[in-house]
This record gives sequence, C-alpha cells and structure tokens, in this order.
Amino acid sequence: MKPPPFDYHAPATLDEAVRLRTELGPEASILAGGQSLIPLLNLRFARPSALIDLRRVRELVYVRAGQDGVAVGAMTSQRELERSVDAARLCPLLREAQRCVAHPVIRNRGTVGGTIAHADPAAELPAALRVLAGHVTVRGPRGERRIDADELFQFHFTTSLEPDEILTEVFFPALRPDAGSAYLELSRRHGDYPLAGAAAIAAGDHVRLCFAALGPTPVLVESDDPADWDAAIEPAGDIHASAGYRRELAAVLGGRALALARERATGGAA
Amino acid sequence: MTGAAGRVIGRSVARNEDERLLRGRGMYVDDVRAPDALHVAFLRSPVAHARIRVLDVSAARAHPGVTAVWTHADLGEHAEPLPLLFPHEHLPHPKTQQPLAVDEVDFVGQPIAMVIAENRYTAEDAVELIELDLEDLPAVVDYEAAVDQGPLVHADLPTNVAADGTWTVGDPDRAFAEAEIVVRHRFVCERSSSMPMEPRAVLARLDPGTGSLTVWDTTQCVLPVRSALVAKLGLPEDLLHVIAPDVGGGFGLKGYLLYPEELLVPLAALRLRAAVRWNEDRREHFLASNHQRGQAHTIELAATRDGVITGLRDDFVQDQGAFIAYGLITPWIAASHVAGSYRIPNVSVRYRCVYTNKVSVSPMRGVGRPQSSFALERAVDLLAHELGLDRAELRRRNLVQPEDFPYAREGLFFAGYPVVLDSGDYPKALELALDAIGYDGFAAEQALERERGRYLGLGLACYVEGTGEGPYEGARVYVQPTSGKVQVTTGLTTQGQSHATTFAQIAADVLGLEPDQVQIEEGNTAAFGFGAGTFGSRAIVNCANAISLAALEVRDKALRYAANMLEAAAEDLEVGGGMIHVRGVPERSVSLREIAIAVNPIRYTTLDPSTAGVERFAPARTWSGFERGDGPLLEGSAFWAPSSTTWSNGVHAAIVEVDPGTGDVRYLRYVVVHDCGVMVNPAIVNGQIHGGVAQGVANSFFERMVYDETGQHRNASFLDFLMPYATEVPSIEIHHLETPSPLNPLGIKGAGEGGSISPPAVTAAAIEDALAPFGVHVDEAPLDPQRVRALIAAAPGGAA
Ligand SMILES: Cc1cc2nc3c(=O)[nH]c(=O)nc-3n(C[C@H](O)[C@H](O)[C@H](O)COP(=O)(O)OP(=O)(O)OC[C@H]3O[C@@H](n4cnc5c(N)ncnc54)[C@H](O)[C@@H]3O)c2cc1C
Repeated sequence: MKPPPFDYHAPATLDEAVRLRTELGPEASILAGGQSLIPLLNLRFARPSALIDLRRVRELVYVRAGQDGVAVGAMTSQRELERSVDAARLCPLLREAQRCVAHPVIRNRGTVGGTIAHADPAAELPAALRVLAGHVTVRGPRGERRIDADELFQFHFTTSLEPDEILTEVFFPALRPDAGSAYLELSRRHGDYPLAGAAAIAAGDHVRLCFAALGPTPVLVESDDPADWDAAIEPAGDIHASAGYRRELAAVLGGRALALARERATGGAA
Repeated sequence: MTGAAGRVIGRSVARNEDERLLRGRGMYVDDVRAPDALHVAFLRSPVAHARIRVLDVSAARAHPGVTAVWTHADLGEHAEPLPLLFPHEHLPHPKTQQPLAVDEVDFVGQPIAMVIAENRYTAEDAVELIELDLEDLPAVVDYEAAVDQGPLVHADLPTNVAADGTWTVGDPDRAFAEAEIVVRHRFVCERSSSMPMEPRAVLARLDPGTGSLTVWDTTQCVLPVRSALVAKLGLPEDLLHVIAPDVGGGFGLKGYLLYPEELLVPLAALRLRAAVRWNEDRREHFLASNHQRGQAHTIELAATRDGVITGLRDDFVQDQGAFIAYGLITPWIAASHVAGSYRIPNVSVRYRCVYTNKVSVSPMRGVGRPQSSFALERAVDLLAHELGLDRAELRRRNLVQPEDFPYAREGLFFAGYPVVLDSGDYPKALELALDAIGYDGFAAEQALERERGRYLGLGLACYVEGTGEGPYEGARVYVQPTSGKVQVTTGLTTQGQSHATTFAQIAADVLGLEPDQVQIEEGNTAAFGFGAGTFGSRAIVNCANAISLAALEVRDKALRYAANMLEAAAEDLEVGGGMIHVRGVPERSVSLREIAIAVNPIRYTTLDPSTAGVERFAPARTWSGFERGDGPLLEGSAFWAPSSTTWSNGVHAAIVEVDPGTGDVRYLRYVVVHDCGVMVNPAIVNGQIHGGVAQGVANSFFERMVYDETGQHRNASFLDFLMPYATEVPSIEIHHLETPSPLNPLGIKGAGEGGSISPPAVTAAAIEDALAPFGVHVDEAPLDPQRVRALIAAAPGGAA
C-alpha cells in the first residue's frame, strides 16, 4: 500500500494552481484533503503523474454568509462548515448532513470542494447541494464560470468540470423562512457512507427530495409521491445492500425525511 | 510467617503499562530502529485458484534499488511445506502451505515471490514488474457444497474433506429414540477475522560478529517461533533470539506457527547478512493473515415434555481455507463446548474441516465456542418455543448444578484434557442476569412499546469457557541487587492483556509490595527459555501460579535472612509494605531491598549512602558461604503445570430495538454475568469482557468476509469490512461472580475469551424476540439490516 512515483507541486496561489493544472495536463490530479485520493493512491488504483496540492492556497478557505446563502471556499474543511453558525442558520440541512460524513478527524482534513469534486453519489454534501439548488464556481485557463448543481453531477465520480478546471467555491442557497428541511440516512456504522440517504425540503405544497446512494448521481425528485421517487432512482446493488433493498430504503427514508421537514416547516424549528 | 494475603490480588490497580502506552511511547516492531534495513514486499496471488504458467522475476531483479527477488526456486530446502503442528487420525488429508507458492496458488493473497529492496516503495514498484501468467482453476468457495461436490482444492487428494471425526458421550442414539420431543435446525456463523490494530511485522538482523540472529516478531509465542527457526535455519538457541516487543493486539491470529513471512524474513537476513524488515499492510492482513469463525452446525436436541434435555447431536462443517497447519484445534474446541452450561448426559458431535480456496482459519478469540454456543443456545430457544415453555425456565431446568462439580463429559476433550467442568454456580449466574436485565418485567414493557410502534426484544444465552490449558508456564522472580526492585521474567508475550500489571500484582501480593514495584519482563527468548505462549485464556492461570510459587520461594529466603538480620525467629516475622518486621514490633524491620543487599557479598554501599544502613543489622548469613546453594541473591523459579483445565462461565442478556422499516438494529442494554474464579484485577477483567463483547457484536451484526464465486475477496479493506466502532458497541453492564477454581492454588480461571462467546446467540435471540409479531426466525450470524428486512418479508406475518 505505497503509491507509485509521482511529481508533487504545492502552489501558493490560485493563479499558479490554474497554470500548473493546464501545464501538467489531465494526467495530473488536484489534491485537497486527501481523504479520498490518498487511499486510491496507496492502493495504486489511481496513478497520477503529478499532484497539485492546494493546501497552501489560503484564498480558497472561507465561509461567507450573505442574505441569499453561504459561499464556501473549496479548500474549507468540512469541519469548519459544520461548525459555522451562519451556515447552520441559513441552511440547517448542512450541519445535519455534515455530521453524517465520516468522523471529526476526517472532516478536519476533508474539504468541501473535495467532496463535491469527488462526486461520490453516496456522499452527503452533493445531495445537500442539489436539494438546495446550489451551484459551484470553477476556474480554468479560459477564466471563471458557474455550474449549477443540476448540471454538475454527471455520473459516478464524474462532474462537468473540464480536466483543466479547478473548483473554487461552493454556494448553498439559504432555506426559505417558511420551509423546513431534513436529512436522514441509513449507514452500517456511524459515519459510514450511507446505504441510502434522503434530503428533503418542504415549503407549503412544494417539496424537493434528493437521494444519496440511489443512482449514479444524487437523485432529485420534486414530488411527495413515493411512486415518483421509485421511478427516479436507479439504485445498484453491492455487498452491503441490493438494489431492491435500496428501493425499500428510499421509500422509508424519503417518507421519514419529508415528514420531518414538514414538521419543521410548520413548527418553525430547524 | 504471615503476609497480608489477598491485599493486592483483587484490586483494580491502575495499569503499569498505561503511562508508556497511552503516551505513545510503546516500542512496536516498526519502532525498533534499523535504518539500514532492507524492506520486503510480496507478490501475492491475485486469484483464488490457478496453475502458475509463467513466473519471471528478471525485470524485478534488474530494477534499481532491488537487492534480491526470490521465488520458491530460490529457497532450496525451505521451499518445502511448513510443518503440520498437530497430526491426528481424524485428519487423514493434511495440507500445509509452502512459504512461496510452487506451481499452483490456492487462495487470493498467497505469497508467490518476495522482493527485497532498499525501501518498501521500491519493493512494491518491483513487484509490479514481475511477470505472472496464471491458468485459472475452478475455485472452491462454498464449503458446505464442497463436502461432496464440485472441484477439488488439492487435486492430489481424493476429497475436500480434510478431517472428519466424531466424539460421543453416553448413548445419544438411545436418548433420541426415547425422546418425547426432538428439535433440529441448521445454524451458520460466517467467516470473519479479528483485525488487531497492528498488523503482523517481522524484523530480522544478523550480527556479523557473533553470527547471531535476532528476530523481532509480532508473535504471541516467541519460544515456539524460536524452536521452529532453530529447526529450520540450523542455528542453535544461543545464536537465535526472538523478541516480541509491544504488540498491538493478537487475538490468536498471531499465535499461528509459522506464517511464511516469519520464516522468509529471518532467512533473508541470514543469507544477505543484513537487517530485513517486513511490515504487513492492512490489505495483506485481510488477504493473508488467518481468518476465523466460518462453521455450519446442524444440531438436534432430545428432551422430555417437561423440558429436560436428554440428548444432543451436532454435525458441523468448518470452512477451513486452503491449508490446515493448526490441525483440529478449532473444531475440537467447538465440539468440547457444544453442551454448554447444561447437564446433557448424551452427546454426539461430528466435525468436518473442508478445504476451500481461501486463506486458512486458525484459532482466534473464542475459537469455535461462539459457533457451537450459537447453535446450542438457538436450539434451546427453539425447544422452548416448541414446548411452549419460558426460555429462562427451560435453561433453569437443565443447568449443571453447584453440587454436580466436578462435572465430567466423558468422551469430550478440551486442549487434550477430558472435559471436566471444575466449579461455578450456573443457576446463580442465570438468576443474576435475569434480574439485571429485568426479565420478569420485560414482556409488559415490550407490549407497551409495540403499541407505540417500537419493536424491542430480549435475548439470553449461557456459556462456559474452557481456559488455562497447559502443558505449563514458568517464571523467575528475583530481587535486583542494588535497587531492590523485584523482577519477574516469563516465557510469555503480551498483546494487550496487561501482564505488566496482573503478573506484578501476583508477585507483589506474596512479597508485600505494591504492583508498581515489580517489573515484568516478557517476550524475549534470551531472558526465559521455556514455555508456550499467550493464547487460549491460559496465561494468567499458568503463569500467575508459577509466579506465585517462585515469589513464595523468594519470600521464604527473605524471611530466613531477615530472621538472621533481625535476630528473631522466622515464625515471628510478618511481610508487608515492602518490609519484613517482627510481629507487633514494627520498628524492628528490614526492607526487601536491604535483605537483597545484605545477602550479596559484593555490595556497593559506599556508592549509595542510602544503603549503608544495612550494616546496622546482624549478618544475613550465619556463615560466610552460601546456604543451600542459594547464591548471592533473593531468587525463585517455578513452573506450573495444571492437572486439568479450568472452566469459566457466564450468562449474557441483551435488549435490542429493531426498526422494521429499515431493518436496522440498536442495542439498548447489554448485561454480562461473568465468573472467572478469583479475579486478580477486576478492572482488567472488565476490559477483557468489553473487548470480547465488542468482537462478539462484530460477529453478530457487522463483520463478515465476502467472496464472489471465483473466490475473490470482495471486502478486503476497512471501507467494506465493517468493524464496529465505539458507536456501535453497546455500553456493557457487568456483574461478577467469583467461584474459585479448585485446580490451582490461586483459584484463578481464564478471562480472555468469554466475552466473545455469547453475543451472536444473544443478538439473534433478541432480534427474533423483537420481531415475534412477524414470526421471524434467526439462524445465522451476522445479520445486517438488509437480512433483517428479508427475514421480515419472508416471515408468516411479514409484508410489513
Ligand atoms: C474513513 C472515511 C470515511 C468517510 N466517510 C464519508 C462519508 O460518510 N460521506 C462522505 O461524503 N465522505 C466520506 N469520506 C470522504 C471524505 O468526505 C473526503 O474528504 C471527501 O470525499 C473528499 O474530500 P478531500 O478534500 O479529502 O478530497 P481529496 O481526497 O483530496 O480529493 C478527492 C477528489 O476530488 C478532486 N478534487 C479535490 N478538490 C478539488 C478541487 N478544488 N477542484 C477539482 N478537483 C478537486 C481530487 O483530484 C480527487 O479526485 C470518508 C473518508 C474516509 C477516509
């Protein structure tokens, strides 16, 4: 479990990082918190020619709360987002989802940009981003652009970032005052990736659900009818849960998350 | 002479090792400094069963930084299969592993070639350059099917059934013929592993001057490893030292003898005249360190209508993996425990070990007991159900009674001794557990919660644990000549069992000291040359009794010299607080240290003025020579060989909540009643129970080894092998009983494995009870949420 040889770069600024990203080509990889990438390297499943480590790019570390939502720098640790009082006030779902991600030591290192860019369909933050109708900002040799969550997640571990682009910011829109939200999941152990997860937002008659681990991307459904959920998800089976069992979980967790979101909407509580 | 006996034994003193280990100052194999060491990486089989067509290591040999690359062809005489430890007539088809595969590979992870390079990175790079061409053979994965169908693991054997034996007590056929009721069912425990925090590691260094080889090894058995290496490498004992420094958990898998790496790394050091290091990484650990558990039992109970169990038949098969170097230890231990805590007079148990294309199983914490206990306790629940009798009452009617001891099961054997339960109070243990879990009030609470939509269930299981097998262990106890510190040396090792504390308590108790005044030295063959090792809940039973006897010898000598020094009669002396004093006259006293200095004609009182005071006493010796060959020191040596094994026992009870929507299960309560005889240190016994229950919880709801039909191991990482975290292990409520064993002077029984035995049975029973409204029946461990949902769906009242 030792990685094959690679070159290592640790730029101090975003501009330099973008330049390296272009110069080193698609064989190079961005390194953020390393909580997903380093195990892949050690198992020799990933063999990048070079790593561009963003840890010194301090301009990508921030949580900025505004009227309409929370802007988070890509290199902000998941733990910092979880602890942000502003983020918890504007998007209560974030803290709830964030606490299901691994363990504090991993959230101390894992970054918000990393988990979004990694695009694991079972991950919690991508589901939260999508249910909140958020977006990301990316930078490349052609400049900066915005990608909506609906466009971002393409497939398992695949986003619509170009190979020469770097994700710089993740934006989570604030929850409407009349809305309630909830995130529920079933994981085998505390902090594991879920077998299935459901993020729900309810505001009056309008509902949005986003399921984690139930398709090649986070699956968004704007309906409170479990039949619609079942039609939208595309679960796969693995050693922990069959596709059929995941469908059962979608119905149970979706229903519970929605009920909780509605209760919170009417109760006015988080 | 009297000591304050029992003053230190039985006290939960803080651990002597905590200061060092908790501050991260331990010394594990990887911490042993060897900057010049070469590093080893292995090419391991990527498939479960194949013939090797091409194995070409030339590119790897040519890679910069590589010192050597070996295949079996380079090993000479060492290419031979490793030894079979326990041959037996029930094992007609033994197969053991070659250190490096020859012609064929039989499991994923089997070592094929060994790369020795300047560092591990380079070694792994070179492994990738080895050309390996394999011709796939059909893999044997399903061990029950492999009994009589399908392909063979070893083509030169007529069958996959390596071993087949039956043990009988009484007349089971008659018991079943005459039974008023018979229940019969198949129960399965899946294959798992025990995952010590520190994987295996070996460092070997040749001293070019003396030609001596020192091997640091994470083994639980330094002396057996030394003997094996002496036999294999042809070096005598004085030139071959095996050291197990701090070891981060063993659980039995490090007690295996020998793993290929334990031979190959020392061999490389010897041949290359260098230091050579191999650290097993976690992936290798999953693939190539032995597994455990996998057994399927078909069990039958014969009983009368009023619930007296008259007979038991069990027929079980074990998923052996590809090799069987450890012989029949695991099936034997399963078989020896199959009647548990019950007075079942007629028993028949058949065991078969079946080869599969997986890494071998070998004894690990619990060793067969959790499996046979799962079968037995589930069958008892089933019988209660069939009889319409309360399951606690059925158990009550069948427990071995206090007046039955010693209770022999003639025809069953444990660790080579006939099974004779030595002591205990099983009915009291059961009542204590029922009381603690609130058995009587539970049904009402359960009904109330069900109305609220919550599904609670209670599980109950009794167990016995054979412990303290021989043949013997020994100890040397002496008082250091200048500091007066007491030193105890044994032939054991420690991987977290707290010997530095419990063993110190034994010596301190005899010598009237505090445990932190006693230093324990273990895990070094150069320091103590005879013994077996730390496994099978045997260390404290054997070694504490040896230490106690050796310490008594030291105390006798000390009293004899103290009598001279204090000019008193030995009978009038008392031991306590590090001093020996005249009874009733505390100021007429001499310390153990002063005696140690006084008996040594080579004194350094001029160097240390604080010791000059010894001169104020009368001479320690009545003449100038050494008495009775005692020499210049306070020393004692002793060995303890038990006449039979001691049997600990206990009862576990748990309450769980099941979420029928998701199938998830949560423990609400977990109660353990535990009797391991006299406890040397109750806090440490509790620690052993906690660890055992955690492993049992793992075997109940989390850990399994998953293989596909080609024998690929599909969850060989911590991402997919679900070791429970602290968040999944319930908080454990422990109640102790202390029935001293009559079989050794200290009345001690072993406590290392008991915690791991009952959790699968208790958890299954609790889930079954919680889901009783659906009519669910649980006959496998571990479960998981998906299986719980499937059980509900398949149950008569399912379709929830
Ligand atoms: C034991 C354990 C348990 C875990 N459990 C969970 C869990 O329950 N839920 C969960 O969601 N996650 C879990 N994780 C993963 C964790 O959240 C990771 O930190 C996260 O998925 C990736 O973030 P990172 O900063 O570590 O990224 P890295 O591992 O450094 O990178 C991940 C990938 O994203 C790319 N990348 C990173 N940053 C950028 C960027 N700014 N621009 C472009 N590409 C980028 C990298 O090139 C790489 O391909 C777990 C991890 C561990 C070790």
